[in-house]
Amino acid sequence: MSDLFYSDISSLNQGLESKAFSAVELMQSVIDRTDAVEAKINAFVDRDAADALKQAQASDERRAKGESLGAFDGIPVGIKDILAVKGQSLRCASKMLDGYRSPYDATCITKLKEAGAVIWGRLNMDEFAMGSSTENSAFGVTANPWNLDYIPGGSSGGSAAAVSAGEAIVTLGTDTGGSIRQPAAFCGVVGMKPTYGLVSRYGLVAFASSLDQVGPLSRNVKDSALLLEAITGHDPLDSTSLNQPKVSYSSALDQPRKKMTLGVPKEFFQQGIDQEIKEAVEKAIDWYRSEGYAIEEISLPHSELCVPVYYIIATAEASSNLARFDGVRYSHRSKDAENILELFSKSRGEGFGEEVKRRIILGTYVLSSGYYDAYYLRAQKVRSLIRQDFEQAFAKVDAIITPTSPTPAFKLGEKNNDPLAMYLNDIYTISVNLAGLPALSLPVGMTQNNLPIGMQIIGKAFGESDILTVAHDFEINHEYKNMRPTI
Amino acid sequence: MSESDKQINIDYVAQLARLELSDDDKAKLSGQLNDILQYFEKLNSVDVEGIEPMAHAHKVDNVWREGDEPSAVFSKDVLKAMAPESREDQVVVPKVVE
Repeated sequence: MSDLFYSDISSLNQGLESKAFSAVELMQSVIDRTDAVEAKINAFVDRDAADALKQAQASDERRAKGESLGAFDGIPVGIKDILAVKGQSLRCASKMLDGYRSPYDATCITKLKEAGAVIWGRLNMDEFAMGSSTENSAFGVTANPWNLDYIPGGSSGGSAAAVSAGEAIVTLGTDTGGSIRQPAAFCGVVGMKPTYGLVSRYGLVAFASSLDQVGPLSRNVKDSALLLEAITGHDPLDSTSLNQPKVSYSSALDQPRKKMTLGVPKEFFQQGIDQEIKEAVEKAIDWYRSEGYAIEEISLPHSELCVPVYYIIATAEASSNLARFDGVRYSHRSKDAENILELFSKSRGEGFGEEVKRRIILGTYVLSSGYYDAYYLRAQKVRSLIRQDFEQAFAKVDAIITPTSPTPAFKLGEKNNDPLAMYLNDIYTISVNLAGLPALSLPVGMTQNNLPIGMQIIGKAFGESDILTVAHDFEINHEYKNMRPTI
Repeated sequence: MSESDKQINIDYVAQLARLELSDDDKAKLSGQLNDILQYFEKLNSVDVEGIEPMAHAHKVDNVWREGDEPSAVFSKDVLKAMAPESREDQVVVPKVVE
């Protein structure tokens, strides 16, 4: 029972059903593991072991009465510090929300509670999900479990590191421009951003509302499929939530293998890519070819414009969304304000960290009179072109294969003083958010430095089953899912 | 638009954003933001004549609620507990009207 914390959902479920162990024992295993490694990893900004054990106890009582709620009953799920869990702290890793506790549950949390999951802790992130390294947290950086001198990626760095280090069975993250997939790649785990609108955003603190999606991180593809199907569904509380028929993604994995056509965009393998990443992804593509998949070179000609488009649209939306943090009804309030305008500007100046300020200023600028057309409107038009690129590609292929990130995890502090270099790290992931498509990152190799390499699989809108199946096929024929870091 | 028009006037933008910045912040951000804006010039390399702007991944029309049914709201106590300062069931702020 010592390694329960590194088990997958299906085997934990069998163990719970057969009474090989209880949900309390499982939770205790995860708590003990977290206590043992957390001083090195710092994946959590808050955690309440007593509350988690109480939830596990309730799960055991349900099961004893024959009233188990299904595959998630008693499974510990870690939560990024941007999703509302009633009664728990919600700070988005920012001083701005210090002391704030959620008065309600996000819809994805309600669904997990209805499925019996144990809601476990608050996971570290870049402040308000703005960043690619988790260095922008007001509560200290998270370490990459594979090498503690390296960053775990971001913004869902805590969610990825916790899964990798065995501090949770699965976790929820959020992805606005790669914030699930890039940390998943850096920490050697699976991470998935669903199609825009598939998962309700109600109770997710908004960063860029037209791009944000909640999604799973896990140590294998099936666990991500299970967690995804637990949180999807139409929600009247989110007007962008789409009314789609419910799909069982995990059972799609057990269907006979369909040999799909995989597109490889040439633009993603050209300049700026680390050689070891390129080789690992090309090797994976060769494996698919040898297994009978059709491989087709495609072009996404506007790819190089996705970074400017993204950093205009995302910062514009952020500058508007973050206007609500003004020190009036909640959030940090400056003690030095003499009048209402000072209350706003001083509270915000004191409460927000550097990257958040940078993005608010940039977003305010691109929306300001005289610049709106040149930046924001133009970016929205180029966003249409980026979507058209994908539409044309998906007329020919079922899924698209790319690296998740141009480099493996980088060293703590390496890019912290160069925001543009940090932004360019998102180059392979952000076009997917701009087009609203689903994509996942899958471990496909290790560098000579013993850092994980991630491959991205992009699907058509609502093509989650396809990309999970493609990923699962690779996973069950390789050993990467069983690799664990030495912490 | 001339090059000087594209330099960020950091004081003006910070005021629009209701965001107080220290002098160090301003100096640092100005330099970085001007580099970023220069990078954004890439967008001018593409012709967008006749292209529709895209605000959302999927077309979202007005979404109406089913009738105007009253539903559960937060109690006064919950809302007051969130506010930095409150008195007599009101949130306290500095004087707004002179």
